[in-house]
Amino acid sequence: MFWQKEIETLSRDKLSALQLERLGRTLARVYERVPFYRKAMDGNGFRPEDLRGLKDITALPFTTREDLRAGYPDGLLAVERTEAVRLHTSSGTTGKPKAIFFSRRDLDQAAELLARCLVMTGTGPGDVLQNMMTYGLFTGALMMHYAAEKVGILVIPSGPGNTERQLDLMRDFGTTVLHITPSYLLYLADYLARAGLDPARDLKLKRAYVGAEPYSEETRRKIESLYGIDIYNSYGLSEMNGPGVAFECAGKQGMHLWEDNFLMEVVDPETGRPRAEGEAGELILTTLNREAMPIIRYRTRDITSVISEPCACGRTHRRITRIAGRADDMFIVRGVNIFPQQVERVLMAVSGVAQNYQIILDSYDQMTVRVEIQREVFDGHVEHLIRLKNLIIDRLRSEIVVRPEVELVEPGSLPTFEGKGKRVIDRRTM
Amino acid sequence: MTGVRQISVFASNRPGKTAAITGVLAEAGINIMGMNIASSGDFGVIKFLVNDLEKADRALREKGFTISLNEVLAIEMEDVPGGLHRIADLLYRKNINVEYSYGLPMKPHRNAILIIEVEDVEQAKLLLKNEPLRFLSEPEIQKERG
Repeated sequence: MFWQKEIETLSRDKLSALQLERLGRTLARVYERVPFYRKAMDGNGFRPEDLRGLKDITALPFTTREDLRAGYPDGLLAVERTEAVRLHTSSGTTGKPKAIFFSRRDLDQAAELLARCLVMTGTGPGDVLQNMMTYGLFTGALMMHYAAEKVGILVIPSGPGNTERQLDLMRDFGTTVLHITPSYLLYLADYLARAGLDPARDLKLKRAYVGAEPYSEETRRKIESLYGIDIYNSYGLSEMNGPGVAFECAGKQGMHLWEDNFLMEVVDPETGRPRAEGEAGELILTTLNREAMPIIRYRTRDITSVISEPCACGRTHRRITRIAGRADDMFIVRGVNIFPQQVERVLMAVSGVAQNYQIILDSYDQMTVRVEIQREVFDGHVEHLIRLKNLIIDRLRSEIVVRPEVELVEPGSLPTFEGKGKRVIDRRTM
Repeated sequence: MTGVRQISVFASNRPGKTAAITGVLAEAGINIMGMNIASSGDFGVIKFLVNDLEKADRALREKGFTISLNEVLAIEMEDVPGGLHRIADLLYRKNINVEYSYGLPMKPHRNAILIIEVEDVEQAKLLLKNEPLRFLSEPEIQKERG
């Protein structure tokens, strides 16, 4: 099923031509209206009319999160403030937030893109979507709300929390689709089990769109089997409309990134140089169809790679792989780039270990991974623990190339963290 | 052949770790009849034979230790040259692989108790059923140990 079949299946040639045309318009617009971008282009001796091909964009500098913060509140606006109809902010853990403005047309475009995602994954009129994300300054709930209404889906704007009422709503109105965080969805499964309810029998759920928090493939499969529903991976960031930048189709093999609205590049996070096709690197996005606040070459800090092979679903927009990690979390051991998420993925697939871990870097050629064992697997046999430890070492070595030291530690002995970055303890001095 | 159970505690290899465990046992008034530490670099497993297994289990669990109970063989061993060899040789002939082992002295005799941990206790018991060995039960160990 397609929402905008023509554009979703546009030939690669036509899609590239459309991108170039829109990029030209975007560059001309920001050169004229946004001093930050004019200065950046002038500083690189680049004029919008110099643009000949999409590759020419590499002549422009990147836009970073810090640039957006420096532009707070409205320094990067390309329209009069009176033309903006919506403001979202994205809070950072440090310093000022990033403010993103949307014109009426921008909001409509954002909803169109997310509508494509909904229809692509089988949601349509007749479905009932319970929107359990927080309505507020964050983009998630509101963007989904408008997109679902556009498609003709009944939206229940329940927001998060009050699980008893959520359950009543689900049953009373026959909710078929959830928009929810993965942790709340897992909590809900537990809640249902305690209430003696079987989601497959007592609810009408068909699928869930989960987001706002990272989750592993293992968690996805777990949720899918707990509920008997489909979960589709998606990618979005508030700087780029929020949800719906890229989304999995029914094939669940990578996320189609809507290239008529975003120009993507993948670069080496250290040097900023382009990666070869299919190689993993930092995703750089340029908005191609935005009025109020176009963003040029935005450093997402997210690590992914591009899948250029055609997809069986017929969509021509290329796919990106599941986000492998944040460029900020990356560390280097023996010259190899490693992300904590890679370690986490390996650990999650090993039974007998808890999900809490710590990575200790004492030198440039050795890393130590501390892993909590699960209380239940301890049977008093040292051999079994050694076997478990060797299994973890082998799996880690095949994932990250480097052979790490592994220390098994007692359950509950490692500190728990919300963010991934703090799991890495770097004792190396520069 | 009544089973003898030991309690195993998972422990990171850090100074004071053993003391933390024995402290809990002392506070609970538990008498340690035998112990053995199996270490593997960064972690180890400390095994105890105690006079009150249930109480030790409860006390350690309450303090958050990772523990496991398992059955071992307690065999009377002659305290003479060749005493251990006689048993070891028998185990070898029966193709029983010993994972861990430690000895305890016995009170009135000049004999000792050999504690043996094997992968499959039930099978080992079966294989040794008709051998001229004396297996001790938990109460017997309590009574006879030195």
